[in-house]
Amino acid sequence: MTPELMQAGARARRAAELRSSAAAIGESGGREASYSRITTGELDVTHGAILYLDDITVSFDGFKALNALSLSISAGEMRCIIGPNGAGKTTMMDVITGKTRPDAGRAFFGSTIDLLRMRENEIASIGVGRKFQKPTVFEHLSVFENLELALKADRGVRASLFFRLTGEQLDRIGSTLVLIHLKDHAQRPAGLLSHGQKQWLEIGMLLIQNPKLLLLDEPVAGMTDEETDRTAELFLSLESSHSLVIVEHDMKFIHALTHGNPAKRVTVLHEGSVLAEGSLADVQRNEKVVEVYLGR
Amino acid sequence: MLRKVVRWGVLALAFAMPGASFALNAEQALAIAAGDNDLRIVALNAAVARGDERLAAFVQAMLDDEVKVAGPRVFIVHDGKTTDAATGAAATLPDGAEDVTNNNRTRGALEAALAGLRVFSPDVGVRRTAIAELAKVSLDDRQLPLVEKAFAAETDPALKSQLERMRSTMLVTSSDRGKRLAAAGDLAGSNQSAVASLLQERLGPSGEADPEVRAALQQALTTVRARLAWGEKLAVVFTGISLGSVLLLVALGLAITYGLMGVINMAHGELMMIGAYTTYVVQNLFRQYLPGIFDAYVIAAIPAAFLVSALVGAVLERGVIRFLYGRPLETLLATWGISLVLQQSVRSLFGAQNVPVENPNWLSGGVEVMSNLVLPYNRIAIIAFAMIVLGGVALLIAKTRFGLFIRGVTQNRRMASCVGVDTARIDMLAFSFGAGIAGLGGVALSQIGNVGPDLGQSYIVDSFLVVVVGGVGQLAGTVVAAVGLGVLNKLFEGLAGAVLAKIAVLVIIVVFIQRKPSGLFAMKGRSAEA
Amino acid sequence: MSAVLTPPSVALVPRRGLLLGIRGWAGVTIALAVVAVIVPIANLLVPGDSVFHLSDYAVQLVAKIMCYAMCALAMDLIWGYTGILSLGHGVFFALGGYAMGMYLMRQIGSDGQYRLPMPDFMVFLNWKEFPWHWAVSDSFVAQMLLVVLAPGLLAFVFGFFAFRSRIKGVYFSIITQAMTFAMMLLFFRNETGFGGNNGFTDFKRILGMPLATPSMRMTLFVITGCTLIAFFLMARAIVESKFGRVLQAIRDAESRVMFTGYDPLRYKLAIWTLSAAMCGIAGALYVPQVGIINPSEMTPAASIEIAIWTAVGGRATLIGPIVGAFFVNGMKSWFTQAFPEFWLYALGAMFIAVTLFLPQGIVGLVRGPDGVLARLRRSTRREGGSAS
Repeated sequence: MTPELMQAGARARRAAELRSSAAAIGESGGREASYSRITTGELDVTHGAILYLDDITVSFDGFKALNALSLSISAGEMRCIIGPNGAGKTTMMDVITGKTRPDAGRAFFGSTIDLLRMRENEIASIGVGRKFQKPTVFEHLSVFENLELALKADRGVRASLFFRLTGEQLDRIGSTLVLIHLKDHAQRPAGLLSHGQKQWLEIGMLLIQNPKLLLLDEPVAGMTDEETDRTAELFLSLESSHSLVIVEHDMKFIHALTHGNPAKRVTVLHEGSVLAEGSLADVQRNEKVVEVYLGR
Repeated sequence: MLRKVVRWGVLALAFAMPGASFALNAEQALAIAAGDNDLRIVALNAAVARGDERLAAFVQAMLDDEVKVAGPRVFIVHDGKTTDAATGAAATLPDGAEDVTNNNRTRGALEAALAGLRVFSPDVGVRRTAIAELAKVSLDDRQLPLVEKAFAAETDPALKSQLERMRSTMLVTSSDRGKRLAAAGDLAGSNQSAVASLLQERLGPSGEADPEVRAALQQALTTVRARLAWGEKLAVVFTGISLGSVLLLVALGLAITYGLMGVINMAHGELMMIGAYTTYVVQNLFRQYLPGIFDAYVIAAIPAAFLVSALVGAVLERGVIRFLYGRPLETLLATWGISLVLQQSVRSLFGAQNVPVENPNWLSGGVEVMSNLVLPYNRIAIIAFAMIVLGGVALLIAKTRFGLFIRGVTQNRRMASCVGVDTARIDMLAFSFGAGIAGLGGVALSQIGNVGPDLGQSYIVDSFLVVVVGGVGQLAGTVVAAVGLGVLNKLFEGLAGAVLAKIAVLVIIVVFIQRKPSGLFAMKGRSAEA
Repeated sequence: MSAVLTPPSVALVPRRGLLLGIRGWAGVTIALAVVAVIVPIANLLVPGDSVFHLSDYAVQLVAKIMCYAMCALAMDLIWGYTGILSLGHGVFFALGGYAMGMYLMRQIGSDGQYRLPMPDFMVFLNWKEFPWHWAVSDSFVAQMLLVVLAPGLLAFVFGFFAFRSRIKGVYFSIITQAMTFAMMLLFFRNETGFGGNNGFTDFKRILGMPLATPSMRMTLFVITGCTLIAFFLMARAIVESKFGRVLQAIRDAESRVMFTGYDPLRYKLAIWTLSAAMCGIAGALYVPQVGIINPSEMTPAASIEIAIWTAVGGRATLIGPIVGAFFVNGMKSWFTQAFPEFWLYALGAMFIAVTLFLPQGIVGLVRGPDGVLARLRRSTRREGGSAS
């Protein structure tokens, strides 16, 4: 290649980059955004945020479940969300995962993927995993089969008909089973597991998909102390390789997660919007938060 | 129809003869009463051209089979008293007097003669009826003299304008151009569909030739059609509302059992059928024991049907449905089985054929709003009835303690029982209530349609579609959906026939559900998915 | 990691290679033998007065029930395994039957009442040429394709719109009822060109060979039986595959399935269309053996009966619906001969009893955790234990 051609190529590349970043910075989001800018395949975290919610508003029959909620999660972060009942935590998750359409606002996965234009299964396929408040596993299938379904594989009809487990996939299921402490229960129907075990199975089903963003809605609700500790360990081990958003009420659990580390941020939701954000200690000292939790 | 034309035509001929004076003598009476039928009719018409009021009485007597002939004399036997037909004097009936018999033709001629005479009756009411009857016949030139004479003699202005209209109808084919033009102009004021057809005919290839008259005819046709169009539109709307009111009654019970309680009851149609059969039984009881107040049987049937259906509903709820709460698909199948049992029971008890249920007098007939629009009383009554029931149900649910309990139990059973509500009892009462409403629907259906064991089947699909479209949990949705589907159905029926209408409605519902899966007035938010 | 794990391939994966166990394959072989060997012998070769003779009537009855069993099997796939209760599947059965019927009507040729090459009902309606939908009706291959395509297409379009709008549960069932009701009304009309309320009947030949001979009847019987067995094996394969597990997952927790990345629409649509095609084939086999098809096959009541065969037999077992179809239709046959007025009572009672007392169906009664076999096993185990 001649130097002139190389320079021309470099110039062309720079121009293309400028164009694409201009497109990204420019009028992105909003339901009027044109198709050409939406790339459902590529997750772009070069700007740091893996989840970006802006002014999300959801109202049910006049009641505002979310009121101009704005939130931003950085890639690799573990963010805890707390707030009294009815603050809108589950609704926020519904919006992110596509279960509920907001009346206003924007929601982005990375800088380019508009979550509001996608269906639940598409959002799940691009790497957003959600764990529900109530454990929802497939009760009539065995633990093994539950995990097998969650494996990252072609989700199409034909592929499922002729699906055969490869050795690598088998190993992956095996290692996940160990991680969630259910190796001895692999053949049991999931409906027969205890509540805490079901929670873990669900977490296992999430992890086996290797999601980039995990949304965990009260993951330790109903667990014993010992199970709660083990769950905290599990989440901490995931920290840098995944981004986690954890909604919880259990302060001890959150303390265990944040380890008193002031860099780990906690967001407080109240009546559909963010009330306060900061380290756990800051938030616990915040007057408004105290008032909201304890009342005046 | 032809008979009417013939007899009026014959009459008209009779009136064409001028100087008619009315009298009846013995010879004429004999000629009318006895002998060959054709000759009798000729004699009759001759007499009409010359007859009197005794003739009218005589003709009436002939129609009532009160006339007897003995030799040359003719007698009328009325209420046991015998009179001489010609003189009117009292007489004794000789032995061997024969009855005068009439066949259809002579009867028709007699009826025409009577009506014709009545057009000149001194009583305006009698005249009105006679003219109305005359108006129903399709008229042409032969009746013209009669109508002209009547028109000239008429004093009542309303009747005079009616006669004028009839006159115009005939004059539109007159040979006199001026008369035709005038007739066309006059006909523009009509609202009869017969007139529209006539105008259409005159504008056809073999009709009117003169361009000015044609223009006048066209104008008249447009005006008359516009007036009629209103009638047609209103008719469609009315039948639609009527169907909607029936659907409402049917779906109201369903809205309670399914909308509030989540029980899908495939036997709902059969509960309606039971209400209809209860009405039948009440009707028969009244007929046998209280014939004097037979017309009131419907009033008695309403509470009876409600109670019977509610009772059956209570048995169903306690016996079967109670065990299937929270399992809608199972409830669906079980109640389908119940519907089969109920249908077969009714067949065993009452037979597989339809049973006759008559409208009482005050529900028969209808009010004529326009010439082509008659609103039947029974359907009007049902619309009103549906409104009343709807109002009652809404009040009960919203304002009474019972309604409060129902709402509480259906929204949160656990909490309701925690605060001391007997949920089992409320379930049963609520279900019975919904069943009772279905029974009321059956009463309504018995008045407008056939009552048979399959009564429920024809409405079950429609009623469920109403619930699907209207949304669950709110009565408003049921109302809007019921009336909406009723009107839509009838609208399409008018355009494409009953079958295609049903298909079209179904397609619309499926498309509608795409955009609003929970129905018109759905409850939003998380609670709705429970 | 490997120190903690035992080689997973041995411990974790259940044996799936053979599709059925030894007992299962034995059963299939026996069924095949009965259908293809024993019945033909008992009907055609054994003399009529012998106690082993199988009458023509019995053969026809069993053939009819086998067609019904195919529908029940199809229903189990969508209801037992995917949780979609269809109350309108009869329409697919009827459409397949009508497609076959059209061909058979053409095969009558000029042997009908009017001695014309057009079907009698068309002559009666004064039609001079065939309507557009009869265009390929004299081609066996084309009509057989229609047997699968007509119900399949209707199912696909209907299912697409219904599943896409997430209509579920009871609402869906009601809409399927409305669908079959509407189709029934359509087919009742003479103008639709399917024989109106009389439908098609008086068949004479198929593929040029006469229908009314014992050998043709037996051939059709054997084909029906083999198709039923083939459908069973196919259903088994589907249910044991990952596809089948996704279906069960959809039945149990559809939202979780979505969040796991699967599109339930595609899966539901696939199994729904397949089940419709199965019913269509069943209808096509039914018609030449029973000799008539009319719109009464499309009544909502007929479709609901399919659901009850499945429920009585045992949902999500595949063998259950077949058992259920035989049981219920056997009872129907007996009742309508012995006590006709009581049949509907019995059927209604069956509906009620199954939903209240027998949610697992007959198969569950025998094989289930609380069933006859389980209790036998428990009692023998107890005796064996106390003896030692």
